[in-house]
Amino acid sequence: MKYFHLIWAALFRRKTRTFLTLASILAAFLLFGLLDGIRTSFAQLGQNADGAQRLQTASKLSFIETLPISLQARIQQVDNIEAVTHANWFGGAYQNPRNQLFTFAVAPNYLDLYPEIEVAQAERDAWARTRTGILVGEAMMKRFNWKVGQKIPLQSTIFPNSDGTLNWSFDIVGTMKAKDKKSGGFTDALILMHYKYFEESTPYVDGDVGWYVSRVSDVRRSDAAAKAIDALSLNSPHETKTMSEQAAMASQLKQMADIGLIVGSIMGAVFFTLLLLTGNTMAQAVRERTSELAVLKTIGFTSGSVLGMVLAESILLVLLGGVLGLGLAAVIGPIVNAISGGIINLPPIGLQSWLLGLGLMIAIGLLVGALPALRAMRLNIVDALAGR
Amino acid sequence: MKLLKTFLRGALLFLVLAVFLAAWIFLPWPALLGAAVLFVLWMAFTRSGRQAASVTQVGVSTLAQRLGASSVVVIGIAGVVGVLVALLAMAEGYRQTVSAAGNDETAIVLRGGSAAELMSVLSRDQINAIERAPEIARDKDGRPMASAELVVAANLPRTGGKDDGSVTLRGVGDMAWTVRPNLKLVEGRRFEPGRRELVVGKGARKQFQGLDVGKQVRLGNQTWSVVGVFESGDGMESEMWADAEIVATTYRRGSSRASVFAQLTGAKAFNAFQATLKADPRLQVEADTTRGYFGKQSEGLTKVLRVIGIIVGSIMAIGAIFGALNTMFATVAARAREIATLRAIGFRGMPVVVAVMLETMLLAALGGALGGLLAWLVFNGYTASTLAGGVAQLSFEFKVTPTLLWEGLKWALAIGFIGGLFPALRASTLPVTDALRAA
Repeated sequence: MKYFHLIWAALFRRKTRTFLTLASILAAFLLFGLLDGIRTSFAQLGQNADGAQRLQTASKLSFIETLPISLQARIQQVDNIEAVTHANWFGGAYQNPRNQLFTFAVAPNYLDLYPEIEVAQAERDAWARTRTGILVGEAMMKRFNWKVGQKIPLQSTIFPNSDGTLNWSFDIVGTMKAKDKKSGGFTDALILMHYKYFEESTPYVDGDVGWYVSRVSDVRRSDAAAKAIDALSLNSPHETKTMSEQAAMASQLKQMADIGLIVGSIMGAVFFTLLLLTGNTMAQAVRERTSELAVLKTIGFTSGSVLGMVLAESILLVLLGGVLGLGLAAVIGPIVNAISGGIINLPPIGLQSWLLGLGLMIAIGLLVGALPALRAMRLNIVDALAGR
Repeated sequence: MKLLKTFLRGALLFLVLAVFLAAWIFLPWPALLGAAVLFVLWMAFTRSGRQAASVTQVGVSTLAQRLGASSVVVIGIAGVVGVLVALLAMAEGYRQTVSAAGNDETAIVLRGGSAAELMSVLSRDQINAIERAPEIARDKDGRPMASAELVVAANLPRTGGKDDGSVTLRGVGDMAWTVRPNLKLVEGRRFEPGRRELVVGKGARKQFQGLDVGKQVRLGNQTWSVVGVFESGDGMESEMWADAEIVATTYRRGSSRASVFAQLTGAKAFNAFQATLKADPRLQVEADTTRGYFGKQSEGLTKVLRVIGIIVGSIMAIGAIFGALNTMFATVAARAREIATLRAIGFRGMPVVVAVMLETMLLAALGGALGGLLAWLVFNGYTASTLAGGVAQLSFEFKVTPTLLWEGLKWALAIGFIGGLFPALRASTLPVTDALRAA
């Protein structure tokens, strides 16, 4: 630590070069921050403690197939199942059929199974009372500038209303907020309506349910419970497939795209380029300081400490740029979210990303510094001073 | 006064940069080619041009001595262009795959307000009414060339995993093959009406387990046999086809269907077709040409993919610009004496600027070509898949097209231009006496 000022001075010996290199490192880690945030938030979807307790039961044939409502009472009887609720896909759209919103028609007890969704008690009561009432996620309210108490028209892209048209009208009775801001992206953009209103109005759905959600009391035995639920309807026309919420999300995401692979290959290309660039800078820095390093050795610095100093310099360089870049990513993320008005939702950079980033910075610093540092260590004083 | 001068210089530089970049982005290639020809003429026939050429020659011939530093520029830019082209190739591949299924001569009819086939329902009466429209072409037996189809989704285990994936199952009749002449059976035969038989697309066969001819798969609690494989070079390849009646029974759809694909009498007949449908009070339907429909289907995701590509590319490009600046400043510093000598014996600033810039852009072009080549080698034809519209698996191939390669090269040259401009100006304004004295 006592050599810190020396290392610092060496780092800023050529200001232009150092700043240019820092800027490149900054760009690389800015990208890393943005992409890794996306990767981890995808990886963490459905992994919260509440989610681990929930099982999703859907038709085995296809996700568009419905299940009979009579199944609810039978699931309720299964060992280890605490509570059961159900939901239907409504296919809601606002203003334009392409402007699709996540709208579910759910049972009255749906929110009991999702304690991570916060709704004020008064609004919850109002929802229970109002047949045409809907609860709307916070981000959605903001996006369309809706207010509680407002009547809004929604189109269903699938289900006609009792009058045969696809137009439905609802009363907003409350706002849903996510307890945990980090994983709240989905809750924030959700609309919940009453199953009863939906089922009675549309001619297509006659006591049919899209999927069941059930809570287990003992998470360790949830696999057995899932199997027991599927066994209920085995060999019937409505065979089911039950998965933990986490597994269901993971399988859905895997179908969407292999996020990990895409992010991984971009980051690979970025860091490879960065390695080369910073390595070149360090090599230049050591080359032009040959005589200075020789002087250091002459006045008694050991080869080991020279090696250490050059390594420390390169690590410091990468750390400086990297921390700035990650910090910038942390600042830019919320700004982008605010500007896009909830359409883009970049997650905040978590502890995991920071740790991974710091680890990468040190690793890259070491890799990049290794060759120049070795060169500096092996410097022959006489040759170096003579400029040979 | 000096401050003002520096400021004006900076402003001018910024303006030059902005104008160049704007021109670079917006001008079509013939205009750029024209500019390049003018530039070459200038180099060949004017005094300062010839000076610039000779200085460039010296710089380029000594590139080998600065191999390490120069390769940083090349590889840095190759990285940017490689990633950019790969991401754009993904967007392009997706767009081509989805929209290739469309043309102007076939129309698709859905229930009004339904954004996609899966959400649409048409009753038998409505279908009959649609099929009577005079704009629909007739086959030699006088039957309307219109295919009423039922689109549902089915869960099947995905290749290389335990997870289930969702695949589109299309219930069709005879006419489906007629209205899609580009569709070819490559293995096996068509399904027989009334039997639980599937004909699968090439893409679907790759994505899901057990979809080979002669094998049997379970959909829900029923067993179906695979009897054929087709290819079409578009999004249809990710689907499975079966007899519409059987699909309707399995999914309890009765006599309703999701959509009607109709072969029109010509590309111009579409407007009349639409008017006919609109005039019929029994029908609340929306018609679109298949080109329009599939174009809209691909629009959203293509845009997202392109924007991601461009954002990632831009951030990387900024990194690469600083890398190039670094290297070229070092190059100019290393050649300071040589450049000062040139200036001392009467070379003007301009040729020196041009020479340094040309050197950088040459390196950048090399990098761009390398990056494009890598992207092409690794990703062209690479198969990816996604959930199209969150509904069913759609597999598509990355397409590294010449347009994309050209776009990548343009990015590379723009990076080279910015990365070379500042070092070039430094070189031309170096105080001659100082530079000559420097070690």
